[in-house]
Amino acid sequence: MSTGHVEITDVRKSFGTTEVLKGVSLTVPPGGVAVILGPSGSGKSTLLRTINHLEKVDSGNITIDGELVGYQLRGNKLHELREKDILKQRTHIGMVFQNFNLFPHLTALENVAEAPVVAQGRSKEEARARALELLDRVGLKDRADAYPRQLSGGQQQRVAIARALALNPKILLFDEPTSALDPELVNEVLDVIRELATSGTTLIIVTHEMGFARDVADTVVFMDQGQIVEQGSPQEVFTSPREPRTRSFFSKVIEPAFNI
Amino acid sequence: MSSTATPVSVAGAAAQSAPSTGRPASAGALENQAPESTPESTAETPTAGPPAVDYSGYKVVPAKHPGRWVGTVLVALGVAAVLWSLATNPRWEWGVVAQWFTAQSVVNGLVETLKLTAISGALGFVLGFVLALMRLSASPLLVGVSWTFSWIFRSTPLLVQLLLWYNLGYLYEKISLGIPFTDVRFFEVQTTTLISQFAAAVLGLTLNQAAYSAEIIRGGILSVDQGQLEAAAALGIPAWRRSTRIILPQAMRAILPTAFNEIIGLVKGTSIVYVLAYSELFYTVQVIYNRTQQVLPLLLVATLWYVVITSVLSVFQYYIERHYSKGAVRNLPLTPLQKVRRFFATHAVLERKSR
Repeated sequence: MSTGHVEITDVRKSFGTTEVLKGVSLTVPPGGVAVILGPSGSGKSTLLRTINHLEKVDSGNITIDGELVGYQLRGNKLHELREKDILKQRTHIGMVFQNFNLFPHLTALENVAEAPVVAQGRSKEEARARALELLDRVGLKDRADAYPRQLSGGQQQRVAIARALALNPKILLFDEPTSALDPELVNEVLDVIRELATSGTTLIIVTHEMGFARDVADTVVFMDQGQIVEQGSPQEVFTSPREPRTRSFFSKVIEPAFNI
Repeated sequence: MSSTATPVSVAGAAAQSAPSTGRPASAGALENQAPESTPESTAETPTAGPPAVDYSGYKVVPAKHPGRWVGTVLVALGVAAVLWSLATNPRWEWGVVAQWFTAQSVVNGLVETLKLTAISGALGFVLGFVLALMRLSASPLLVGVSWTFSWIFRSTPLLVQLLLWYNLGYLYEKISLGIPFTDVRFFEVQTTTLISQFAAAVLGLTLNQAAYSAEIIRGGILSVDQGQLEAAAALGIPAWRRSTRIILPQAMRAILPTAFNEIIGLVKGTSIVYVLAYSELFYTVQVIYNRTQQVLPLLLVATLWYVVITSVLSVFQYYIERHYSKGAVRNLPLTPLQKVRRFFATHAVLERKSR
């Protein structure tokens, strides 16, 4: 399967007078795993959120498999898509949030089975069966009837990943998926993402886990102040960063004992 | 489970590591020696704290609260005095209360009160939900209209609103449905035939209720984390479904306590429609006591019915709130009924064992 090609071209975005994305371009090939690193406030999360149109871009464009996100070209004008069509596009893009954002009043199973029924029109039985399968995949089949607050942070994030997978997305976006977790719970989530990295789904991951980034990424992107400073293979970016800004960032975030 | 185990193990460890100078808590004679022995022991083991004592063998005596007992007795006496006077003062005329409590006219009035509450409560909250969504929408016009609605209906006395609706026929003789700004009329009716006492009462109570419930519902919606909307949008869940399935059930936890306040207020608030000579509970009672001059006992009849309705509503409130707290608390507490059942179940087991 070779779908899930993401093409970001010269994207700009301002909040008020602050320009948080200053012309960002990035290509992630089908099945690729791109990890975006950078200090907070560098625009990583905003960039991620423009990909599923949770943030509208001010200029530039994003395409997925050649299809514009949020807009449609008719004649020589870009027409903004209606809510319904945007929602349909989003079903191809799964998203996992830093704070999980599971629906607390629904069980793990209901969380996973909700979107396939209402957004893709599948039958309840089909959605439930598929949800159980996905919960099994993230190792939580026996907690299917638990409410999110009865689960640990790591378990909640795994449910959130199962929920994102339930729509069979071509692309998965991870917005700092382990930043809200206790250190000992980080790995159970990273293991699930590692497994996904080999599944052929395109992954775009914003994270601060350097070792994990080095493991799973085929492209590492370093962002600072709304721009991509440097990108390349993990080998290139981690071992011999070209830009001084990248080097100074790594020297601060990677502990001396950390073996890279 | 580890939280209960920890203090025990810590205490045990301290007892082992401390020098063996532990003394019984009651040994007053040894206390004179303490200042001398303490510097020595700290010199030997600088890390050890004060000498540890094994308290596990002592009986625990709960602290005494004499003030609480005095307070309890005083309040109990007060309650008893009130009950006694209620029961024995002949002027309460309990016989008259009993005679009228289930009288046909009173029950008819009660039914009207319940009808008004149910209809205006339901319509008021539905309209309030729409107004809340309008207020939260991105359209400045919808926001403005919703705000103005709440502003007007919250700033005019309900009494004035009711009289205004009832006298609508004076302001507009006929009500018609047609094409605005033309003479085309599909349907035309005398205002006075359309606006009965009941219609005026429902209209007034509903619109007034809607203005208040809009704010309550809006507050509830605002209390739900923005991330919930975002997650639902990212999953492609349609807007209406996002509101009803994701946001509203969570907002209900914040909405319900205040909403039930409003409904209970509305039950008694319906008594204000007596100004329209509408024969709900309160008006009915008034009519009766104006005839029989038994004012207090008949007010008691109405009051007791309001107490009954409020009590029933409170039970509903408990169970509805409990329903919506699913997932918000780790484990639901037992309902009073479940507690009673568990009490009897465990005691039955004990009895069987003792036999």
